[in-house]
Amino acid sequence: MDDNSGAVRRFSWAIAALAAIPLAFLAMFFIWPVASIIFTSLSPGGRFDFTSLREVLTNADLLGVAWFTLWQAAASTVLTLIVALPGAYVFARYDFPGKRFLRAAATVPFVLPTVVVGTAFLALVGSNGLLGVDLDGTIWAILAAHVFFNYAVVLRTVGGLWSHLDPALEEAARSLGASRWRAFTGVTLPLLRPAIAAAASIVFLFTFTSFGVVLILGGPGLATLEVEIYRQAKQLLDLPTAAVLAIIQMIGVTAILTAYSRYQERSAVEQGLRPAAEVATRPRTRGQRALVAGVLASMALLLGGPIAVLVERSLHGEAGYGFGFYRDLGEGTRTGAQIADPIKAISNSASFAVVATGIALLVGLCAAAVIARRRGRLSRWFDALLMLPLGTSAVTIGFGFLVALDAPIDLRASWILIPLAHALVAVPFVVRSVVPVMRSVRQRLREAAAVLGAPPHRVWREIDLPIVARATAVGAGFAFAVSLGEFGATSLVARPQTSQTLPLAIYRFLGQPGAFNFGRAMAMSVILMIVTAISIFLIERFRTPGLGTF
Amino acid sequence: MLAVLTANVRFSETVALDDVSISVADGEVVAVLGPSGSGKTTLLRAVAGLQPLHTGSVTWNGEDLTTVPTHQRNFGLMFQDFALFPHLDVAGNVAFGLRMQGVPAEQRRRRTAEALERVELRGFEKRRMGTLSGGEAQRVALARALAPGPRMLLLDEPLGSLDRALRERLSIELRSLLTRLGITALYVTHDQTEAFTLADRVAVLDKGSILQIGTAEGVWTRPANETVARFLGQQNLVPGTIEGGWATTPLGVIPAPRDAAEGPARLVIRPEALSVDPRGPIEGVLRSRLFRGTDYLVEIETGDIVIEALLRGAPKPGTTIRLAVEPGGVTVLRESTTPPHQEQP
Repeated sequence: MDDNSGAVRRFSWAIAALAAIPLAFLAMFFIWPVASIIFTSLSPGGRFDFTSLREVLTNADLLGVAWFTLWQAAASTVLTLIVALPGAYVFARYDFPGKRFLRAAATVPFVLPTVVVGTAFLALVGSNGLLGVDLDGTIWAILAAHVFFNYAVVLRTVGGLWSHLDPALEEAARSLGASRWRAFTGVTLPLLRPAIAAAASIVFLFTFTSFGVVLILGGPGLATLEVEIYRQAKQLLDLPTAAVLAIIQMIGVTAILTAYSRYQERSAVEQGLRPAAEVATRPRTRGQRALVAGVLASMALLLGGPIAVLVERSLHGEAGYGFGFYRDLGEGTRTGAQIADPIKAISNSASFAVVATGIALLVGLCAAAVIARRRGRLSRWFDALLMLPLGTSAVTIGFGFLVALDAPIDLRASWILIPLAHALVAVPFVVRSVVPVMRSVRQRLREAAAVLGAPPHRVWREIDLPIVARATAVGAGFAFAVSLGEFGATSLVARPQTSQTLPLAIYRFLGQPGAFNFGRAMAMSVILMIVTAISIFLIERFRTPGLGTF
Repeated sequence: MLAVLTANVRFSETVALDDVSISVADGEVVAVLGPSGSGKTTLLRAVAGLQPLHTGSVTWNGEDLTTVPTHQRNFGLMFQDFALFPHLDVAGNVAFGLRMQGVPAEQRRRRTAEALERVELRGFEKRRMGTLSGGEAQRVALARALAPGPRMLLLDEPLGSLDRALRERLSIELRSLLTRLGITALYVTHDQTEAFTLADRVAVLDKGSILQIGTAEGVWTRPANETVARFLGQQNLVPGTIEGGWATTPLGVIPAPRDAAEGPARLVIRPEALSVDPRGPIEGVLRSRLFRGTDYLVEIETGDIVIEALLRGAPKPGTTIRLAVEPGGVTVLRESTTPPHQEQP
């Protein structure tokens, strides 16, 4: 017994040391900046001042913004589920040529920079858009962009579970006299509920805090809390109002995350899971073929359409089709060159993404090691804490950085702020990619290696490392893509002359009049999209089948 | 020779191993038979060094291994779920132990191929774990355990996850492989058929203690106590009084074992020792019959006792029949509290 308790104590120290790095990172670059911005905004004279709180809560316009944020997120979530569930079913139950490629392709919109998505829909349904209907500034453009954006969340989360659900369960229900519909609602749907709830809460979270899409497509009339925080803080310089709005948003996000984690705790059901390959079949009957074809066609239209239009617009110059806009990116001679330097923006984005990925991997791997080792309440709270930056107003984080990070070292003028902000948002992606795989490295495998003569350090090198390395590559790919596309926080901490990123440059060009600037924004969006897509296809290659949440 | 001496393992409140002593001679296969939770896997893990002993020792040819870490013990262990490395192919799995020993690549390839050939998986080197059937995975796990040339092999229910037909075939194959290679092995299982097929000696483990060690035949024909008899599936336990070579029981007067002491005793009658005989001492009503291919398993009720018998032929349920008992088919049980019955091989 005595030897055992010693081992247990050493184990805890190692865990504590590992947990220290992510905790310190969160405290320094999340909790401290966000707390600072709230305190300094609400207590301008050193004392708490509740007038701004009262003003916001009695301002009909701002309450309208909060209400709009809520219902557009709910509508986007419901709409995404309706549109994407048939896709999840088809991908889970049927085999067809090009399935792997299509699954990867469907994921591209999810990691596309919000600015690019906004631009693509502007090119499709904007004032001089290809479809000829002007939906710019209407809820329809925003909802369509949100469905486009989040389709993959439902496809992957729900489809992932669905593809492992044993069809024999539904067949058993049928043999007990249930109709096809009753078997679905009575057996399949309840078993899928955890995945549907997970997907719905992720989609709700993302659309609740939607920024770039609403900023570009919402026009002057429509704004989410996130957009309003940006407007109040950056354009109206009304920090107290921005802070109150940020608090309201944070309360909403915390409520969603808490409800979600409560639900996950309650609904941990043992399920009869089978390898996906055994479950999927080729569509045989005419009805099945029509279903698969219909779903694939609607996916092509919904997901491929905006991207195709984006590419088309970027190639459609004054003198017909060509690479004019792309060539112009390299030349700073024509009008508008002073707005943004595209080449500089590209190299900035790339180097920030590399640094952000490095930071996110360091922090995320330490956190994942802690979460994977420990099951229980503490580990779940730690996990939820790491998720929090994902749901916090990126604009607030950016502002917090500018207010708080002057001591012990003044980082406010440093470029490092940008990758730090990106890493904050990227860490949850690393954690979510790595934890399930780390948990899957069973103690048995380590024991098997030890019995075969591997000393402890070789067990780590031969077993843990190779298995987790692939998942780490997946997490790194996500972190890289997140950093490339991050817009909200960057828009505040970046300096226009020295540290402008691609999404910022695109937004600047969109804000300028003229077909020329529009074309350049399109061309840069295409470049950003291609780089992001490449990192996603690399992720697909490294993914361990059946593991990972995103 | 492996010797485990008065090994004790405790998990907080529960005792997993209680003064367990067991030895395995060179080239011998010993099966540890016990229900789940009896501590048999803990025993195996203790021998492998994966489970520290609270007290007691593990020695190999007199060398004390109790504090030697797992990776220096040179025992092969085959896990119940095989624990094959998912990130390596078949060759990578089989060669793992050789790589840990620093065997040069060329020699490693040759010995890996040999190990695969031994388990009849020639040419499987490049296969991934996900593409193997249950039987193939079992062979890969065996080849992986054997390839580094371990002192002895520890097998933890290696056939437990396979279906019945495959299990029976593979246990015979495993037996001939172990015999042919002269491998010393400790084999843990809850399946008596498997234990009897594979082992030279069988140890029955329950609640962390060894109840009996002996040859398969010895344990089956002379179970040491009621727990062993019941675990082996022998249901026919009756009280009786022994006098002059005969036992008087509620079933009737039946032949007693030759060396049995006179006086009151508990007796176990093996079902295969009963046969239909119009002049037999036991009379009863046939309650049920189950056709099993080669014979019938029947239940016969006499008074308030129900006994099982394996018969060549059986009349319809409800018929009254008489049964005779083969003289060797009756065993006198010791009390369950007496110390384990030791028997040398």
